[in-house]
Formats: sequence, structure tokens, C-alpha cells
Amino acid sequence: MLTCREFLAELNDYLDENEKIDVELRRKLESHITECPNCWVVCDTTKKTIQVYKGMHAQSIPEEVHARLIKALERRTAAKGGPEA
Amino acid sequence: MPATTEAGVFDESDLVAKARLGDASAFNELVNRYERKIFRLAKHITQNDEDAEDVLQEAFLKAYEHLPDFHGQSKFYTWLVRIAVNESLMKLRKRKGDKTVPLDEPLDTGEDTVIREIAVWDEDPEQQYSREELGDILDQAVQSLRPAFRTVFVLRDIEELSTEETADSLGISVPAVKSRLLRARLQLREKLTRLFKKKGDDVFAYL
Repeated sequence: MLTCREFLAELNDYLDENEKIDVELRRKLESHITECPNCWVVCDTTKKTIQVYKGMHAQSIPEEVHARLIKALERRTAAKGGPEA
Repeated sequence: MPATTEAGVFDESDLVAKARLGDASAFNELVNRYERKIFRLAKHITQNDEDAEDVLQEAFLKAYEHLPDFHGQSKFYTWLVRIAVNESLMKLRKRKGDKTVPLDEPLDTGEDTVIREIAVWDEDPEQQYSREELGDILDQAVQSLRPAFRTVFVLRDIEELSTEETADSLGISVPAVKSRLLRARLQLREKLTRLFKKKGDDVFAYL
């Protein structure tokens, strides 16, 4: 059985669906997590940590920040007349 | 409030193609789509509103100027993020007098992955806090990370870039992204667990 330290070292790849994990390693990780309540909690709360950040939406930017950005772009467009080809 | 059209009538590549031909309204549409995310990213990295605004302007101005060099190898958004990350890191380096910016410091101290808080969470934090409160809690937790961890976490888990795109944007290796991301996630988990843990459930001791 994997040690907790070994389990933690693989936690990212275990949680990231896009990362490929060797079948045998995944089996070992799953077996560890069913037998070790502490690692189960760490895994679960890490997963929730990631989810809560992913659910965060970018808030509107202050109106004046937007206005200054548009102005800066207009100045640039006026000076150059468009992206250089 | 700036108009946003997340769903978008045109897809990104159409807008980029039009903008390349000098269509200012197409470029403005790209600005409307991404300014919030770029501003947030810059704020997370620089931790400063004024610097973040500079980064926002510089990133879009540079993107506009260099549109002819953008050949659609990556998504426009990823390309824009890369520009914004570079600008943000420059700000950070300038501010810290180039001495303490630890983006390439040796990080493997082992202490970053110590687990102290083992407790299940009460319920979804979304249910416990208002959106604003939760946003502040999450922001503060991210701000407390060291820049090297913070930057990787922001790109991977907030802006949702891939591991490879993150490595590319920061000029570090894929294994470095992975190891910093793990540390960042575990440190955030630790901080958030202190707030979100189920009361009276702090019974496990980690062996």
C-alpha cells in the first residue's frame, strides 16, 4: 500500500481529469483512499478548494478603468490607424 | 458598466480576423470579452489595483499592436494571457527591486506540503457566505501564497489554462508547474479548511 506521502505526491494528477495516470498507479491511489480516512478528507477538501475557485466569476471592472482602457486604445488607433500589417 | 457578450455573436477567431483587418469594433468586442479576466489575473499577480490597470492597458495595447504576428497557433485568449502575465511579472520585479521575486527560487523545502487541518467541510461554502464574502475570503487566501505558487495557481485553477500553457506563459517546466500547483492547492486547502470545516469534526490526527 502507498504511504500517505506517496499518495499526496500524486494528488494533483489524481484530481486533474486531463492528466493521464498509469492504470496500476490509479488502482493503488484508489485503494489508499478507501483505506485511509485522512487522505480521503484531504483529497475531498482539496477537490472542493479547486471547485470553489473555479466557480468564482470575474467581477465587472470599475467603469473608469474600462473607460481609460478604451481611451488608451483609441489614442493608439488614432496614432497608427490600425494594426501594422 | 462595460457591455459584455459572453455568448458572443461571433466566435473568437472571427473577431480576431476582423480586428486584424483594422475593424476597431471587433477588437473592442475582444476587449469587452476579456477585460474582466485580464484585470483579475493582473490583480492576483501584482496584488495592486494601480499596477493591474497598467497591465490591463499594456496587455491590450500590445495585443493590438502585435495582432499581425498572431497566427492563431493558440487561442487569442491564451496569447493575451501570456502577454498579461509577462507585464504583471515585470511589475512585480520592478516593485520588489528585483531582489526578492521568487519566481525561480528553489521551492522544494518540504514544508509547503505539511498537512495540519484534517476536517471535512461543513457544507458548500457558497451556501454559507454571500458571493461577495466568499470572493473576499478566496482572494485573501490566494494573496497569502508566495508569488511563485500564486501565479501558477491563478493560471491553472482560476484562469483554467492547461499545465502546458501555464508552463509556457511563465517560462518554467511542466514538472515545476505541477509541483508548485500541488503546494498552492494544499496551502489553500489548509487555509480554507480552517474557515469551512464542520464544527466539532476536528478529530482526526494525521499520522
